Amino acid sequence: MKGFAKLLLVFAAVLLLGAPQVSQADELAGDLEIFSWWAGDEGPALAALIDIYKNQHPNVNVINATVTGGSGVNAKAVLKTRMLGGEPPDSFQVHAGQELIGTWVQADRMEDLTPLFKEQGWMDVFPEGVIKLIGTDKGIWSVPVNIHRSNVMWYVPANLKKWGIEPPKTWDDFFAAADTLKAAGVIPLSLAQNWTANHLWESVALAALGADNWNALWSGKLAFDSPEGVKAWELFGRVLEYTNADASSLSWQQATDMVIDGRAAFNIMGDWAAGYMSTTKKLAPGTGYGWIASPATGGQFMFLADSFGLPKGSPHRDNAIAWLKVLGSKEGSDTFNPLKGSISARTDSDLSKYNKYLQSAAADFSQDQVVGSLAHGVAANETFMGGFASVMEMFLKSKNATAAAKACQQLADKAGM
Amino acid sequence: MREASLDRLKAFLTLLPSMILVGVFVYGFIGNTIWTSMTDWGGSGALALEPEKNFIGLANYVDLFTGFLGGGFRQDLVNAVYYSVMLLVGAVGLGMFIAILLDQKPKGEDLLRTIFLYPMSLSFIVSGTIWRWLLAPQGGVNVLPTYVGLEPLTFSWLSSQASILVFNWQDILRILLYLVSFVLILIGLFAMRKDTGKAMKRWLVPGIVIGACVWLFGSLIPDAYMMEEEHGFNMATLGIIMATIWQYSGYTMALYLAGFNGISQDLRDAAMLDGASEVGYYRYIAIPMLKPITISAVIILSHISLKMFDLVFAMTGPDNAETGHPALNMYLTTFRANDFAQGAAIAIVLFLVAAMFIVPYLVSQYRQRGRR
Repeated sequence: MKGFAKLLLVFAAVLLLGAPQVSQADELAGDLEIFSWWAGDEGPALAALIDIYKNQHPNVNVINATVTGGSGVNAKAVLKTRMLGGEPPDSFQVHAGQELIGTWVQADRMEDLTPLFKEQGWMDVFPEGVIKLIGTDKGIWSVPVNIHRSNVMWYVPANLKKWGIEPPKTWDDFFAAADTLKAAGVIPLSLAQNWTANHLWESVALAALGADNWNALWSGKLAFDSPEGVKAWELFGRVLEYTNADASSLSWQQATDMVIDGRAAFNIMGDWAAGYMSTTKKLAPGTGYGWIASPATGGQFMFLADSFGLPKGSPHRDNAIAWLKVLGSKEGSDTFNPLKGSISARTDSDLSKYNKYLQSAAADFSQDQVVGSLAHGVAANETFMGGFASVMEMFLKSKNATAAAKACQQLADKAGM
Repeated sequence: MREASLDRLKAFLTLLPSMILVGVFVYGFIGNTIWTSMTDWGGSGALALEPEKNFIGLANYVDLFTGFLGGGFRQDLVNAVYYSVMLLVGAVGLGMFIAILLDQKPKGEDLLRTIFLYPMSLSFIVSGTIWRWLLAPQGGVNVLPTYVGLEPLTFSWLSSQASILVFNWQDILRILLYLVSFVLILIGLFAMRKDTGKAMKRWLVPGIVIGACVWLFGSLIPDAYMMEEEHGFNMATLGIIMATIWQYSGYTMALYLAGFNGISQDLRDAAMLDGASEVGYYRYIAIPMLKPITISAVIILSHISLKMFDLVFAMTGPDNAETGHPALNMYLTTFRANDFAQGAAIAIVLFLVAAMFIVPYLVSQYRQRGRR
């Protein structure tokens, strides 16, 4: 009996000594629900991040709540019903910028991440311009995991040589080249369904307005129906004349295919097109396909970013914060982005892991003037974006620049910008 | 006597739970939607736990019909009218035609019936995707001629930008009044056969007066909108209408076939003995006898055409002015633009349009029952 008691005592002592150590390595337990729209091509990149998280916190059960649909078309509706129903996920994906701030931050549903940014030293590694766009005077609202560029014009160098034209630096260059192309039976600029028209519009408008006026537009200092604003729509209308007629039934990949096949000369699309051409189409960056900043936007980097935020009332808050730490870390960023086909938001990322296009994008990002994208949620809130889609519909039909500009201004008033 | 009242009480108690549930979850929610449509719930802060809502009356409706940003909604509404008309004519007509063919009892009727009814069992998303591929500008039916060595077709079923029957939204009030006068005159002409005097007084004269007034003093009627805004029948909707007819003509066929089978063989034989031709039999006997079936097919199809959503979504995508539909617009306004009040207003407009179809039907049903 005595021996047994001794044994128990020893056992208890071992437990006492051992227990704190075990819990220190692994103080986190329970679930972590990550809500995103990364499936298909983007799934492996997310899986790589989850792997890092699981290595650090093996006791946490990660629930990957992905709702498929590009650009979050379905996920956002699901998220809204969940948030309104009082059942927020632990952490959810959102386009950085006004899409988050104008919707969830305005509704007081998000937690301020400034302490986390300070604790992790992120104030120094993320560029100032980016932090400004994802924050307000009340705080910083999300952790950006990647940076995409939206104002890029794609082409196939061999084809351009065949037709005897140069990549256009301004829209006038483009119009001059477009007439040659039309004569050769080539569509100068390929376009796809409606949201890609919004995407084209922001590149054209940035060219017409310049970066300072572009920013003034979104901060309410420049009216949409001012002469400058109308001019942007007029230029856009002129550009549309050189696009394909069956645009509304094509996906962005099909529009990119038109350039690869030589049916069209140029296409303006975000730099996920580089991922599509390198990975799916097996073209070499630089020789198989070429790129240039969209006309008259050289020196400007129109960015969009995927990011994760922390909703108020997150059921497993500590696990979610640990997740955000992984996202913002150098390791997480450099694991995720080469797979996703984007660059890191951090200034200290290891460029040797990225391909040629991404290296050039990273170089531009560090020196260009950074502006926010409209079509992908940085510049304006969801009320404006939803209305803008219908303004665009009407413009594609009527081609009335003044009316479109006025409608945008009304929309901006309504959206409280 | 006592037993009867006890039975009534029992019946009432049995029905009570469902009455309460329907009251809350159908009529209560309709009421709530009407209330929401008269507030300014939307914009920034719309998703707060306690969003700020202020009563603004009918401003959302005014916005939809005459506001600057309602242009998309107006085109969608026009599209919905064309969708409804085409779907009714197409699905009822084609369904009836197939039913008449099958009523001749061809060999393998059962198999044919299954084949025609089959599209009905597919989900709209699936059939929409199939049709989208079939009608793609550079694929599907357009490449068929190349198999026999011809040039491919260039018909753009889903992406055409041409439109016909274009009218100006400014004139919508005038057009509606013309339509009213046209319908009145048409009813009057039909009623002439029964009672000429009544037809003149009730239908023809008012119809002609309204028409003449609009024709003479039309310029006095205010413009509905401050500038020219053209809407019409977009050729890009053709593909969607085709797919819808394909999906639903089997259903109307089944309805009619059941009806035809219900007509007794004796009646048919009698008609034939009297020297009726096949055409005459259907024209004067069978189809008039199936009037209740026609009416219920019209009611069901018209409310389906008002709920069109997934087919448009799958075939041409959500953001396509050419093929939009109010139901889709409602979803996008509410859940993408966070404009809950405006979305509720669109829902109520759709609700009223559906009521326009269904209320006359219900009224006539009650009247018939009363007569019995």
